[in-house]
Amino acid sequence: MKVMLSTTVNGEQVQEAVLPRTSLADFLREDLGLTGTHLGCEMGACGACLVLMDGVPVHACLVLAVQAEGSTVETIEGLNETGAAADLQARFHDRNALQCGFCTNGMLMSAQALLEANPAPTRDEIRDALSGNYCRCTGYEAIVDAIDTTARDRAARTEAAK
Amino acid sequence: MKLPSFEFLRARSLAEAWALHSDAGGDAVYLSGGHSVVPSMALRLQAPSRLIDISQIAELHGVELQGETLRIGAMTRHAEVLANPLIARHAPLLSRAAPHVAHPAIRNRGTIGGNLALADPASEFPAAVLAMRAELEVMGPEGRRMIAADDFFLDLYETALIPGEVLTAIHVPLPPEGRVFGFDEIARRRGDYAMVGVAAQADMSDGVVSDASVTLFSVGVTPMRAAAAQDALEGAPLSTDSIARAQAALATDLDPPDDPGFPAERRLQLARVLLGRVLTRMEAVQ
Ligand SMILES: Cc1cc2nc3c(=O)[nH]c(=O)nc-3n(C[C@H](O)[C@H](O)[C@H](O)COP(=O)(O)OP(=O)(O)OC[C@H]3O[C@@H](n4cnc5c(N)ncnc54)[C@H](O)[C@@H]3O)c2cc1C
Ligand code: FES
Ligand code: FES
Repeated sequence: MKVMLSTTVNGEQVQEAVLPRTSLADFLREDLGLTGTHLGCEMGACGACLVLMDGVPVHACLVLAVQAEGSTVETIEGLNETGAAADLQARFHDRNALQCGFCTNGMLMSAQALLEANPAPTRDEIRDALSGNYCRCTGYEAIVDAIDTTARDRAARTEAAK
Repeated sequence: MKLPSFEFLRARSLAEAWALHSDAGGDAVYLSGGHSVVPSMALRLQAPSRLIDISQIAELHGVELQGETLRIGAMTRHAEVLANPLIARHAPLLSRAAPHVAHPAIRNRGTIGGNLALADPASEFPAAVLAMRAELEVMGPEGRRMIAADDFFLDLYETALIPGEVLTAIHVPLPPEGRVFGFDEIARRRGDYAMVGVAAQADMSDGVVSDASVTLFSVGVTPMRAAAAQDALEGAPLSTDSIARAQAALATDLDPPDDPGFPAERRLQLARVLLGRVLTRMEAVQ
């Protein structure tokens, strides 16, 4: 039997009837057409499906849509709209930190959350934050570079604004 | 894989949770973080007809000092265990275990109560609560029970919880001055389950060990107390000698499984090496 779900996705209030078995990832992709949230393993292992729920990254494949009742969810489409991660995305691009791009949205979610919590992470801390994100084609060095450079850019901009 | 169908109900109180559970005639599962329930349903390891969301029950929330114990609500998420200053101060084995539990995003959803109720033998928190001689607060329709961690983990994924009972909190006795702690694990990759892990604490007065508490995980069907290793440390200063005696005693304490590709003898050897590392670090901080 369907259950009424009301939640906020990318700043918009959403009300939909969902089956309890629907994962948050399937709800975002199929009900809302937000296909930037990718599905790889559907087991919590690969990190392709990461979204921000109440401000922190969670696996959309392991959260039931009904568990998002009353929460705020932000997907890669939301980050695109607000431009909050535009500099990070630009760095991924110019550091060649993506090839097929399948893992990239999940990587961006982890990276964005890391930089909010810790604006000056060490490379080790970046690797730790990405420990649940698999990339099958690029290798992690370029990805760590892109995040590291973004952290430095952001710090320089904050300094300049003072 | 997609989940099989089920009915989803949210309990607002413990009484409601028990009622919803008993209504389902045993075919119901409580849902906290869902990070073990959801993957196991996806894998068709279980297909309960009803999930009861207990995450919003007030009694399961909060971390607070209560007299001589620190009470950690069962719904405390792994990320909060990692960050909470009261836990860091009074239950440091938990904050040291937390970075080894899965990945950051999983720690944002997984709960300590769900983790202990699941009782995965490779899991970090069960060994930590065992080493801290914590008590588990459990509530059911028959009332409240306090279960010593030593009596809680019974067998593979089996605990002293009676079906329908809810694990409500973990009570950690406040550590005395001079207690030292050690935690570490050997895993194949960062964030992966441990191949072997150690959680230990000991009181030091005049440089002499008393009340040594040593537990290991991923060495059998439950987290395990290493009683012979504890005895080997008791009443002497932590030293190369006493550490070597404790390492040797592990042969009495452990009888690890013989997995294909990971023979029992190798697991025991890794346990000895890791115990040596952990105790040596504890010696260094005294
Ligand atoms: C990819 C991945 C990697 C992981 N790696 C690790 C790791 O390295 N180490 C580790 O320890 N864990 C690991 N986990 C497991 C994770 O810690 C789980 O979240 C945790 O074990 C279960 O907690 P939960 O709150 O999600 O419980 P749930 O999945 O909601 O519940 C688990 C079980 O406990 C029962 N339950 C839950 N809460 C209660 C309660 N309060 N009272 C009674 N019964 C209850 C449920 O009915 C269910 O049977 C990993 C998980 C994933 C997906
Ligand atoms: S699809 Fe969610 S972690 Fe792989
Ligand atoms: S870019 Fe292809 S998986 Fe990472």
